[in-house]
Amino acid sequence: MSKPQIVKYKMPESQKDMPLGPSSEAGVIIEPNAGWRVMKPIIDNSKCVMCLKCWILCPDGVIDREKGTLEIDYNFCKGCGICSYECPQKAITMVKEGKQYD
Amino acid sequence: MIKMKDLTDKEYLYGHKACPGCGMGIVGRLATKVLGEKTIIALPASCMSTVTTQYPQMNYSVPSMTMAFPGTGAVLSGMSAGLKSLGVKDVNVIGFAGDGGTADIGIQALSGAVERGDDFIYVCYDNEAYMNTGIQRSGMTPYGATTTTTPSGTASIGEKHFKKNMFEIMIAHRIPYAATACSSYTTDFMNKIEKAKNIKGPAYIHVMAPCPTGWGFPSELTVEIGKMIVECGLWYLAEYENGKVKMNLVPKTLKPVKDYLMAQKRFKHLKDEDIKAIEEHRDSEWELIRENWMK
Repeated sequence: MSKPQIVKYKMPESQKDMPLGPSSEAGVIIEPNAGWRVMKPIIDNSKCVMCLKCWILCPDGVIDREKGTLEIDYNFCKGCGICSYECPQKAITMVKEGKQYD
Repeated sequence: MIKMKDLTDKEYLYGHKACPGCGMGIVGRLATKVLGEKTIIALPASCMSTVTTQYPQMNYSVPSMTMAFPGTGAVLSGMSAGLKSLGVKDVNVIGFAGDGGTADIGIQALSGAVERGDDFIYVCYDNEAYMNTGIQRSGMTPYGATTTTTPSGTASIGEKHFKKNMFEIMIAHRIPYAATACSSYTTDFMNKIEKAKNIKGPAYIHVMAPCPTGWGFPSELTVEIGKMIVECGLWYLAEYENGKVKMNLVPKTLKPVKDYLMAQKRFKHLKDEDIKAIEEHRDSEWELIRENWMK
């Protein structure tokens, strides 16, 4: 995987656990952003022609192209909808998150 | 020239806390993708430092340093000098500053750093106000825009001044490389970063980054709004190299500014005569561009 993974963070219990100085390790993520999402993008891989427009325009870089087809990392997708709006093939649809009411 | 298939799959900016649909997110992600792992980033107080360095979360996988608001140019100078004295040659030094951190608060340090000619890349992502602290006006806020410090109403139309031209200020320094870009034109932007990377000496890239929260439009329209601003002529894509300015994209006919303005909440109050004033200002700017740079 070419992305940093979520790591578990232990809250400091005493002053001894606090970091020394104002620096800390780079590339550390402790929580997902999935809770921000209202609309969820879903890729229809049969319509996708791999133009990679969504891949390049995603502000969060959550679309993965490594496996030959596009996959969305729903842990970090914020549901902005740029991918769906810009897709020339209309292969990405936005559906409402959570329970669906008909 | 950058090709899509040559770009790395590695994400150097991931899991950040920017608003959904942030134009700056595209800028930060693609710039680090082009520069690669051997990069040091300088971040003044701005959206970029706020959303990427919330302890213990550090969203850049490359070293980054957060410093005081006016110090971007000075810190970039110091990083570049430090690398030089250590004999390190293959490391890129890049700074991301907002429009306020560049045009208002950081202009003195930037001017000094460019004058000294240190080797760095300075990226100013322009979202046309101090978005991070709650949409206050900056020197880059366009005429007529509502911000929290220039509210529109019966006595005021909002911001009363036209945008400052940082690109021309940088040209006046006779900088080795300066460019303007837009987050919607990704290939153009990445090519400019690649060029800035290979140039010895300071490089300045001013990139327009639409802000859904501050400008007031739905988050999925970020790229569309970025295209509209270039098509209607309120922003242009150009680069300055070897004493010459090259226009990268010249629309055959400039589209009416009304469509662009009315798509955003911050311009919704503008009347027809205000829009006419903006259009006249745009035309006079383009006359200067045609006269000075396109002959």
